[in-house]
Amino acid sequence: MGFLDQFWQLTVDGLMSGSLYAVIALGYTLVYGVLQLINFAHSEVFMFGAFGGIFAARAVMGDGGDVPSGLASVGIVALGLGVGAICGATAAFCLERVAYRPLRKRNAPRLAYLISAIGASLFAVNLAGKMWERQNVTIETPFTNGEVFKLFGATVNTKTVVIFATAMAMLIMLDTLVARTRLGQSIRAVAQDRDTAVLMGVNVERVIVMTFVIGGLLAGAGGFLYAMTFSAAYNMGFIPGVKAFTAAVLGGIGNVRGAMLGGIVLGLVESYGGYLFDASYKDVIAFLVLVAILMIRPSGLLGEKLGRAA
Amino acid sequence: MLLELVDVEVSYGAVTALRGVNLTVDAGEIVTLLGANGAGKTTTLRTISGLLKPRRGEIRLDGEPLSRIPPHRLVELGVAHAPEGRRIFPTMSVRENLLMGAFHNRRHVGEDLERVFALFPRLKERISQDGGTLSGGEQQMLAIGRALMSRPRLMLLDEPSMGLAPLVVRTIFEVISQINSEGVAVLLVEQNAAQALKIANRGYVLETGHVVLEGPAAELLADDRVRQAYLGEDVGEQPGIEPDTTVVTRVRKS
Repeated sequence: MGFLDQFWQLTVDGLMSGSLYAVIALGYTLVYGVLQLINFAHSEVFMFGAFGGIFAARAVMGDGGDVPSGLASVGIVALGLGVGAICGATAAFCLERVAYRPLRKRNAPRLAYLISAIGASLFAVNLAGKMWERQNVTIETPFTNGEVFKLFGATVNTKTVVIFATAMAMLIMLDTLVARTRLGQSIRAVAQDRDTAVLMGVNVERVIVMTFVIGGLLAGAGGFLYAMTFSAAYNMGFIPGVKAFTAAVLGGIGNVRGAMLGGIVLGLVESYGGYLFDASYKDVIAFLVLVAILMIRPSGLLGEKLGRAA
Repeated sequence: MLLELVDVEVSYGAVTALRGVNLTVDAGEIVTLLGANGAGKTTTLRTISGLLKPRRGEIRLDGEPLSRIPPHRLVELGVAHAPEGRRIFPTMSVRENLLMGAFHNRRHVGEDLERVFALFPRLKERISQDGGTLSGGEQQMLAIGRALMSRPRLMLLDEPSMGLAPLVVRTIFEVISQINSEGVAVLLVEQNAAQALKIANRGYVLETGHVVLEGPAAELLADDRVRQAYLGEDVGEQPGIEPDTTVVTRVRKS
């Protein structure tokens, strides 16, 4: 079968993984927007969210038995998302407290933040490895993964719908939060001009914490969606994390809509490229994209500024 | 006394920017702070706003020391600061910029927007335009309007006439007088000494972090040293304040 026959199926698959990248990418881009800091430990926030969500869902579903359906399915997915989000937010909050805030108090140079980020990331990976014995933790999909509808001949199944719809709902909520709420207003003000934001009465420390927490909520919920599809493992964060970072750079780091667009584009490119070359080249293609943007358009598709709707 | 600086000393690392500044602003006054580039005028305002911490000395608002008040709380206490270079949020619209001024208190937003638009009708025409796309004069209007949105008792204005055409400068100074006549005290940092002294009640002259002259605006306007150094007038050889050529040319232009 040629590429054109497969085009719509690849598009559907690409949109699904792309929407997940977008959800994680927002955490990088928000923190970068307010602190000009790449939070390399964000991938571990994602991982903790995944474990939290999986354990919560497993506790309700029990081992084996029938696949839940109807309201039970919805409840379990919602529970997994909620617990995942809370675990992610908690991890991000602690991370900010322990790894970044002390440096800020001391006016540390940029390099110190980078080292602290990498250190925190290694610590979190190994802590999780110790706690959960370096094994993959899986759950049965909490719903029957049947075909929902066909899109130009491509099969769209329940899992794709759940992941894509949840991710889109989160993206829209975040976009509204940044564009319309008082918190969003203060986030944009800090991103555009920190000192002037202070003069307007914005509590910058609080905005920074909230930025980490919001990024953590998204990444944690995203972690559950990811783990529901694949599995949760102590080192699961690295690859999706770096890809989400790629997505953030692709869209323009610091730009909220850019991160969303970057995630979707990266998912699609990966999906098409994986078919055209070989599925095993997927990751290679993702990182080629990163290198290519850095060379050709370092400010990303939509530019670096936390824009109007930011 | 509304605002009081007592022996305030500020340094950036090893460089001392303010060396024991004493200054007061009473309710309802316009006080202007004059001086050459690097004399410490902006540093004084940034220290009052809490963006810089004094190494020594005290800043009091209504007699209460500000040292334990976090800087973002100052606007609630009635101090609004229109900073040097205007510092408009570039990708927020005019309206959003003005709303930032009312960030701490949303109760009177509609009324206060109307008040700002009455002072600066130009801003109303540009209401949905991004702040970064405005002209320099419009940005200055926006910076002052944004500060007004917090209903301040004291406004700190840092070089509102900088880089503006004479006609716009006149508008800005008229508005400052008008705001003051409604009861808002103003601490005005200016290089445009002649204009500033005309609307001010009192003035201070800063030089390398010291107050070297102070007094009623009319007296400063008549003072030979001020005339020579800041108004670009030739009054013969005078000891005292070093003339500052950038100031002189700026004043002559306008």
